[in-house]
Amino acid sequence: MNFLRVTITRLAYAALLLVAVLILNFTLMHLAPGDVADTIAQSAGGIDAEALEQIRREYGLDQPFIVQLGSYVGRMLQFDLGYSFFYSQPVTDLILDRLPATLLLVIAAQVLALVVGVVFGVISARKPNGIFSHFVTLASLIGYSAPVFWTGLLMLVMFSLILPWFPVAGMRDVTIENGNIFIHTVDVARHLVLPMVTLASIFVALYSRLSRASMIEVLGSDYVRTAKAKGLQTNQVVYKHALKNAISPVITLAGLQLSAVVSGAVLVEAVFSWPGLGSLAFQSIIARDTPTILGILFFSSLVVIVGNQLTDLALRLVDPRVGSKK
Amino acid sequence: MTEKPNDLDTVPTQDGLILEEPIEKARHPFMEAWDMFRRNHAALVALMILVLIILGAVFGPSLYGRDPFDMVWAPFTPPGQNTDFLFGTDYLGRDLLAMIISGARVSIIIGLAAAFVSVFIGVTIGALAGYYRGWVEEVLMRFTEFFQVLPTLLFSMVIVALFGASLPMITFAIGIVSWTAVARITRAEFLRIRELEYVTASRASGARDLKLIFSVILPNALPPIIVQSALMVGSAILFEAGLSFLGLTDPNVVSWGQIIGSNRTYFLDASYTVTLPGVAIFVTILCISLVGDGLNDALNPKLRSR
Repeated sequence: MNFLRVTITRLAYAALLLVAVLILNFTLMHLAPGDVADTIAQSAGGIDAEALEQIRREYGLDQPFIVQLGSYVGRMLQFDLGYSFFYSQPVTDLILDRLPATLLLVIAAQVLALVVGVVFGVISARKPNGIFSHFVTLASLIGYSAPVFWTGLLMLVMFSLILPWFPVAGMRDVTIENGNIFIHTVDVARHLVLPMVTLASIFVALYSRLSRASMIEVLGSDYVRTAKAKGLQTNQVVYKHALKNAISPVITLAGLQLSAVVSGAVLVEAVFSWPGLGSLAFQSIIARDTPTILGILFFSSLVVIVGNQLTDLALRLVDPRVGSKK
Repeated sequence: MTEKPNDLDTVPTQDGLILEEPIEKARHPFMEAWDMFRRNHAALVALMILVLIILGAVFGPSLYGRDPFDMVWAPFTPPGQNTDFLFGTDYLGRDLLAMIISGARVSIIIGLAAAFVSVFIGVTIGALAGYYRGWVEEVLMRFTEFFQVLPTLLFSMVIVALFGASLPMITFAIGIVSWTAVARITRAEFLRIRELEYVTASRASGARDLKLIFSVILPNALPPIIVQSALMVGSAILFEAGLSFLGLTDPNVVSWGQIIGSNRTYFLDASYTVTLPGVAIFVTILCISLVGDGLNDALNPKLRSR
């Protein structure tokens, strides 16, 4: 019962956040120089002032701010994100077309970073002054300090040019025409490797550092000593008893990093021409396609909000104390 | 703390008692922090490199004297082929070394200014939330959470795209998305410190809210904020590099990310045009992180054992 109530509260809060993003979006659009009518005029190659007024009236641009805001939020919540005059397509279609690629990249990279980070952290926590521990510290410093787009370009030079193991760009090989689902999956996976590793490289650092610190703390606690004293095997103590408690802060951090992961994905997509929201954002910013840009901001915030909810759920499953505190 | 040779503590007095060690003169906290910082050798080396980079950014352009926008030689001259152009030339035949030196200035200035903006916003919001508690805290922390949901880079891309790519706008766009960590840290410190006895004491002696916030609590909350601010400069430089890599930059200046972005199309043939400015960013951020670690050691000695 409690679980249900907490879930409903969280969902209502998430919905509020989403509306807040919409209000911000609209305010930005309103403040920015130029409006939809100008864009239409531009794409039509210039029209006279009377027609411009006509368009403004049709689009409700002569209404007061608050009325416009209301109708905007209403339209957005029905996922009507407007029309892209640059792509001549509704923005929603455009985004839904690109969303899966971004989700695939973001989830793959986040999972990879978490797994590698936690494994690195745990191994180095067991011997805090060992060689491996120093290696992890060094590797995480490097991963954190290198600009992600630069890492990506170096990866391309290394693993596509010098060692031609992976494709240079894109998500699919267009020369594969009638392959079965297996061939296509392998193809996408091969394209995914470099972008995924590049994006993960930033976050491995963060996760391994935190899980190392958190693991060292947990390994020094009384209940771990008890478990050891009972005669349990070290591996069992570390991976079954200690890890369960040590991992909570890492999951919390992973949730907080979601917006950074999505941001990193924008750069990585630009480097690898990965056909996701990031490269769409990149192209529509060059084209000054405001509805698309704001639509992407809305959708990527939605991704982060949903991701946060899932993180929350994961946390409550790992640690039953979390939900009941509030 | 260094032991000074001291004869006093072994000199017997007339009573035959041994005098206690004379109380060491209280040292300035800054000196103590510096002593701690010095022990972290990596941080010390990083600080020296960082000073060199900053000196290079300040004096480099006038010392080197070559305009980064001038097309001076054949495009794509690799490094080492012509001693006049140590780092070679880019796709337009511009001197890459001149560009990197000039880019240092822009990258570092934007990094510092954006970090200042975000620390200012973060400290203000965190301090108010942690000091007043109650509904103020509730509202401000919801506000912070809202900003944590927005994908940082996309949001600043939108700001720069809508309002123009001038240096102040880029600085603002980076600052406005990066303050949430500072706000959380500041709030946590304020929540802890406001309950301490000396705060209660100054409140009892009639100190007003503003005085309590700025001259009683804030100075004691500073250590973790300083560490975070140092790291913010690094992440702001990275952020600017990302934006200018995507082409969202003032076209009238050179910055490190922009060199990489503009040469990116040709990197399969001339990878040094991408590698070298990347190394500049990498080394700078690495040094800032190491200095941040050192500051952490110096300012939070309790955490040292971790």
